Order: sequence, then structure tokens, then C-alpha cells
Amino acid sequence: MYPVEFLYTRDHEWVRVDENVASIGITEHAQKELGDIVFVELPPAGTHVAAKESLGTVESVKAVADVYSPVSGEVIAVNPKIQSAPELVNSDPHGEGWLVQVQLKDREETEGLMTSEEYEEYLKGEASR
Amino acid sequence: MVEFGGWEMPVEYAGIVEEHLAVRTRAGLFDVSHMGEIEVRGTKALELLQFVTCNDVSRLAVWQAQYSALMYPQGSAVDDCVVHRLAEDHFFLCVNAANTQKDFDYILQINPFKKQSEVEIRDVSHEYSQLALQGPAAAAILSEVTDADLTALRFYCCSPAVCCGVKGLLARTGYTGEDGFEFYFPPPESHRVWTALLEAGRPHGLIPAGLGARNTLRLESAYPLYGHELDADTTLLEANLGWICKLGKGDFIGRAPLAAQKQSGLRKKLVGFEMMERGIGRDGYPVWIEGKVSGRVTSGSFAPYLKKNIGLAYVPPEYAEPGRELRIEIRGKLVGAKQTVLPFYRRARH
Repeated sequence: MYPVEFLYTRDHEWVRVDENVASIGITEHAQKELGDIVFVELPPAGTHVAAKESLGTVESVKAVADVYSPVSGEVIAVNPKIQSAPELVNSDPHGEGWLVQVQLKDREETEGLMTSEEYEEYLKGEASR
Repeated sequence: MVEFGGWEMPVEYAGIVEEHLAVRTRAGLFDVSHMGEIEVRGTKALELLQFVTCNDVSRLAVWQAQYSALMYPQGSAVDDCVVHRLAEDHFFLCVNAANTQKDFDYILQINPFKKQSEVEIRDVSHEYSQLALQGPAAAAILSEVTDADLTALRFYCCSPAVCCGVKGLLARTGYTGEDGFEFYFPPPESHRVWTALLEAGRPHGLIPAGLGARNTLRLESAYPLYGHELDADTTLLEANLGWICKLGKGDFIGRAPLAAQKQSGLRKKLVGFEMMERGIGRDGYPVWIEGKVSGRVTSGSFAPYLKKNIGLAYVPPEYAEPGRELRIEIRGKLVGAKQTVLPFYRRARH
């Protein structure tokens, strides 16, 4: 379910680091909790974002959720399909439904993130609360 | 599942959009057992309800229902409700779950007839489950599992009926803007009726639908929701509910301020809007007109059938006009919207 090559946040974002570029999206768990996603708002390429700060919002029919950036850096790409097809976040949150790519400022920032195994444990903890 | 007024309620099953579209094009089944039911009966029941509600109860024949509201003296609603007439002196009110206790206490307090033979008021919410079968295929589905003559059961009529082998009250009412039925019956039979209806409806494309779709469906149809479009500070005229205020029926609670407001004008007016720019104007977001905050969104959502972002908002009456532009403040940003004609969606009637 949760790709082992990804890292995860407590706010249910995932990040995949490839060289110095981080691809970011929301997790399967997050899309399921939100339900039908109808609107995604993201900063344009060139925007500088800081770790743990709001990166944008994902809106479903029933709720608005902030997406927090797991890392700091410059947005270098926004998923070009996501504005016209926000439902990709529901159908393929870990793939076609990615949100942005960020040029990493500091690779060490990813050290505090969870592995897929840790994230799955974390979800179990959340479910039993 | 979310907790709602002490009830564990499903917000969605297959997804709000899919459930919404099923109700518009086929059928959806809602468990709305959380809704409250209040019985009023006795020789003075009609008189009491004429006084405490705004619609004209005397116009109801036995086995008819009407949309109405329990009234505060200031012309606002204690709650909106559906009044069913089960006999000359016997009425059955369906009220909002969260308001049931408030409504019941209010009617008791207003009631001047203290003899039980004159008026008996009972909160019977726990004696009824309620399922709502809604959508263009609702009648075809229900006809397979009921003894009731559905062609004779017109919109806003009700009848005792056996559905799926269970005796109850069947009403051709709903909160979705589609044709449909609401069935009130004893709670121990809930599972049986639910499964039998789903079974009968499967070939017709019936699916279970949750509170999420119920909300988007009522919004497309511009039906008010208590706590959003309706509250103690909003008169029924302001909420576009003048059509249920029968000022000519005789005195009732709140009649005088409504009559006065008809002369003096509204303080605010409920309007519909459609987002022109990207964004969803949601509940509570400020509405900007001519450079200042002039109102608030009461309900706003993506509308799954219309595929637009729509909402309802209160604005000063002088600005209420279809076509006129508004701006909705969405998380600090002003986003363009345009007033529309209400309802946003109206089903084609045959």
C-alpha cells in the first residue's frame, strides 16, 4: 500500500527524494479520509516553501485540508494535470496524483520523516485513538 | 462515521459524488433515523399547531403533509419541519434531530391546553426509524416491496403502508429535489427494511447514500438547513420561506413581525451564488460587496450534478439580484462569484 521508497509525515503527506528533487503528494489514507477531491490549490513554480509550512490546499466535497510541505526548497514543477483532474489524487495518490516537485535546500531535513513501515504503524495508532 | 446529535451517522459509502449522481439519475437510500418525530393529537391539536407553526394546517386533508416551521415570536424559526395529518385530530411532525428536544419543550411551553384530551404532545423519536428512498427510480423500486398504491400517493401525501413486510407510515417527501419516499417504522425492523430495499433496488441502480450527499443534494435544490440558512435571528421572509408563511390564516406566533417586515422590508436576503473563479465559498466565509464585508456564506460546496461550485449566502436586500457579482473571501483571498436564480437545480417533472 505505502511505497517503501517514500517517506511520510504525520500530516499524511508523502515525499519521494530523487537526487535533490522531492516529489510530494498526499497519502492514500489522506485521500480516503477526504473523499472526492474537487479542487487543488498549489503555489506556482518558483515559489519558495519551508518545511512544515502550508504548501497549498486540497478540497474535497466535504472538507478543506492544508497540505504541509515536508521539506524546504523551491517549487520547480506543479503536476500539470492536477488542476483539471483533481480526482487523480483519489484514484492514484502515490502516482499520477502527485502535487509538486521541490528542489531540496537541505537533504537532512528528510531525516525526521517516517518510513513506510513507521507510517503504517502510525496509522494504526491513529485508528485506535 | 461521524457523531451527529448522539447518533453515529455514515457521511458517505461509495463517495459523495457517486451517491449524489445516483440519486439524481437512479436512486439512493438514506438512513435518516436521527430525525426527530413529535406527535400532537387531541381536540385542540389543530388549534395549537395553527398557532405554533406558520403554514396553514387547516388546509391539510387527512393523509397530506406540508413543509412548515415552528415559530419564534420574532418571526424566525425554532425549527423547520414537515407536518403530516394522520387524522382530523392527529398530527405527526418530522423535525431536525439536533432540535428535537428544543422543539418538544417549546411546543409544551406554548401549549395553553392542559387537559390531555385536548392536546397530547409526545416526543416519539425513539419509536421510529426513518429511511429515505430518493431518485427517479424510487417509485419503481418501492412498488416491488409495498402494498401501497404509489400512483395514488401524490407528492406530499402520506399513508399507512407495509413496506418490506413492515408496517409504518409512508410519505412521498424528501430533501433531495427528486421524487422519493420517506418511511417511518419501528426501529427493530431497521436492518430488515434497509437490506430488503437495497436488494429490490439493485437492478435499478440503487445504492446507499450518506449525510454528505444529502447535504449536496439539498444545496443544489436550495433547501434550507437549520443552523445554516435558518436560525433564531433570521426571519422566514429573509430565508425565502415566505411561501410557507400564511399570514391570512389567523394569528400565529411570529405573524406580526412577518407582516411588519413585508411592509418595511428585509434586513438581509438569502441568495444563491456560483463561483466564477477557482475556489469554493464555504460555510461562514465572508461575502464582499463594493469593498466591504456585507454578508456571509451559509452553505457552499462543489455541486456534483451541476459540476459547479455553488453556495447560499445572506446579503443586504438591495444587492440581491441574479447576475450581480459578489466576492467571497476564501482563506484571505477575494474570489469572484455571481448571484444565480434559485434553485440551482430543479428536476424535470412529467
